[in-house]
Amino acid sequence: MKVLICIGHVPDTTSKIKFIENDTKFNTTDIQYIIGPHEELVLTRLLDLRDAGNNMNITAITVGLAETENTLRKVLAMGADDAIRVNAEPTNAFFVAQQIAGVVKNGNYDLVITGKESIDYNSGQVAGMLAELLNFPSINTASKLEIQGEKLIFERETDLGKEVIEGVKPMIVSAGKGFAIEPRIPNMRGIMMSRKKSLAVLEPTQNGANTKIEKFYLPQPKGKCKMVATDNVPELVRLLHEDAKII
Amino acid sequence: MAVLVYTENWNGNFKKLSYELVSYAHSIAKSIGSQVVCLTVGNVSNENLQLLAQYGASKVLVCKNADLEKFTTQSYSSLIAKAAETEKAKVLIFASNASGEALAPRVSVKLSASMVSNAVGVPTSVEPFVVRKKAYSGKAFADVVLDAPVKVLTLTQNAYKVEENPQNLNIEDFQYQVDSADLKMLPSEIIKSDGKLSVSDAEILISGGRGLKGPENWGMVEEMAQILGAGTCCSRPVADLGWRPHYEHVGQTGKVVAPNLYIAIGISGAIQHLAGVNGSKVLVAINKDPEAPFFDSADYGIVGDAFEVIPQLNEAFRKFKAQQ
Ligand SMILES: Cc1cc2nc3c(=O)[nH]c(=O)nc-3n(C[C@H](O)[C@H](O)[C@H](O)COP(=O)(O)OP(=O)(O)OC[C@H]3O[C@@H](n4cnc5c(N)ncnc54)[C@H](O)[C@@H]3O)c2cc1C
Repeated sequence: MKVLICIGHVPDTTSKIKFIENDTKFNTTDIQYIIGPHEELVLTRLLDLRDAGNNMNITAITVGLAETENTLRKVLAMGADDAIRVNAEPTNAFFVAQQIAGVVKNGNYDLVITGKESIDYNSGQVAGMLAELLNFPSINTASKLEIQGEKLIFERETDLGKEVIEGVKPMIVSAGKGFAIEPRIPNMRGIMMSRKKSLAVLEPTQNGANTKIEKFYLPQPKGKCKMVATDNVPELVRLLHEDAKII
Repeated sequence: MAVLVYTENWNGNFKKLSYELVSYAHSIAKSIGSQVVCLTVGNVSNENLQLLAQYGASKVLVCKNADLEKFTTQSYSSLIAKAAETEKAKVLIFASNASGEALAPRVSVKLSASMVSNAVGVPTSVEPFVVRKKAYSGKAFADVVLDAPVKVLTLTQNAYKVEENPQNLNIEDFQYQVDSADLKMLPSEIIKSDGKLSVSDAEILISGGRGLKGPENWGMVEEMAQILGAGTCCSRPVADLGWRPHYEHVGQTGKVVAPNLYIAIGISGAIQHLAGVNGSKVLVAINKDPEAPFFDSADYGIVGDAFEVIPQLNEAFRKFKAQQ
């Protein structure tokens, strides 16, 4: 089975978010970049399934400039078989989906899988757009993957419970939480091997960005926290009712 | 020309989320000189459909089709795109929930639309069309310009207030033939949840962290939730340890929530946790460590041992409710 996993190159979750150039650009100074945490869990599950003896070739792809190669090398060190970088600034989800769709058309992948959303733009759009561009069936925010013989069995949480869905190849899936609990940490051997694995660089094929970020804002800072003493706990209830007027 | 809202129904019922979407759509329709059309699938009573009119819908398209009894992203997105074309929709609104997030991107591609997810307010301008959305998992916001003639938005839950805008409702049967190619990955099994208030729907959330020591101590959390009609959720390690189900995990890598009131018990307030909850209107932290970072972001706090504070607080909440 050929799998393509779409990897986001995103600011570390502990990053303090700041903007520059009149709040039009993210300030990347002192920011560490990581593999998108959702993708990291998805990849961990795929690797576990592969290592359990399922026949699977895992290619990782990212749309990004040269600095994203460090992230792809980490993905290779975790255990992905090879990687592709589409050499372009990922300006919006539609643009990214178009680039990946181009690669999928030439790649014969059975499963194309993304994280449920990037933790920077939080769009959660790439999987759905990709599925539509390719006219593949899709599952959004899958929470579990099992392999039974040749079958891929997914679970997806809905507002009423969950659905069990059997995959039909080729398919697009977005996923995260639930696929794995802890991400796999690359070991020394993985890191050594990653240097020899193929990381192909492709040029972008189309440019169709149709949204643009005009300005960023930070949330309003909170006022001071009002403290309630432990010998007067009911005071909190009064404050929530009379001061915050929330209950 | 219309603002089309995909109003999902749950066994024939709408919920607060649906009325938020319709109220929001009504406000946009007013600013672009248009009207609100809702689309819903399956059997919904006229009485329930009329509720959509209460919040600003002028028309509702009801599509009854046996092929749509089970959900696939392909069949539903094709249906919605068809309705959008029939109604000449300029703006399409979805919820930022399991189905909205699955459908909106597909529909946007079908309609060559511009799309924004997790909008938090009405457009700050309609010409050009600019919408504010959440970014950096709750740590920031971004204003996004949508260039294409058709716009697709998903609206963050609890971000827009429900507003009454009564209209005369036109109810139409929407005839639609499902393409069998769109029915490729039908769910083989549907497992119903226990009917508890979902984390995203709750207006009050009681959240427990590792400070609660073990799953056996959640009784007092559930008790508080029950007194207040609230939902329960937890920090990530609590879900990872299996003390609570995964769908209760909130934060940057779990659910991003924005209830009216969020009560955090025994949660340190790590940046990844706060990112997912700091959109809440009022934050309360209860922690035995006065240095816990949560107090820097909370509106109200108690420094104390949860095992002593919570029973007293539950008692006070119970008294308060009894007086209401
Ligand atoms: C990539 C990444 C993503 C992450 N995403 C998330 C996320 O989405 N959501 C999330 O929550 N975390 C996330 N985390 C984890 C996060 O960094 C913290 O580790 C986590 O939030 C801590 O959970 P906690 O506050 O429950 O536990 P702890 O940090 O162990 O804190 C427990 C708190 O309880 C207090 N306490 C102890 N006993 C008592 C008592 N008897 N009464 C009152 N208070 C008591 C302690 O003072 C302490 O402050 C992420 C981490 C990483 C690396």
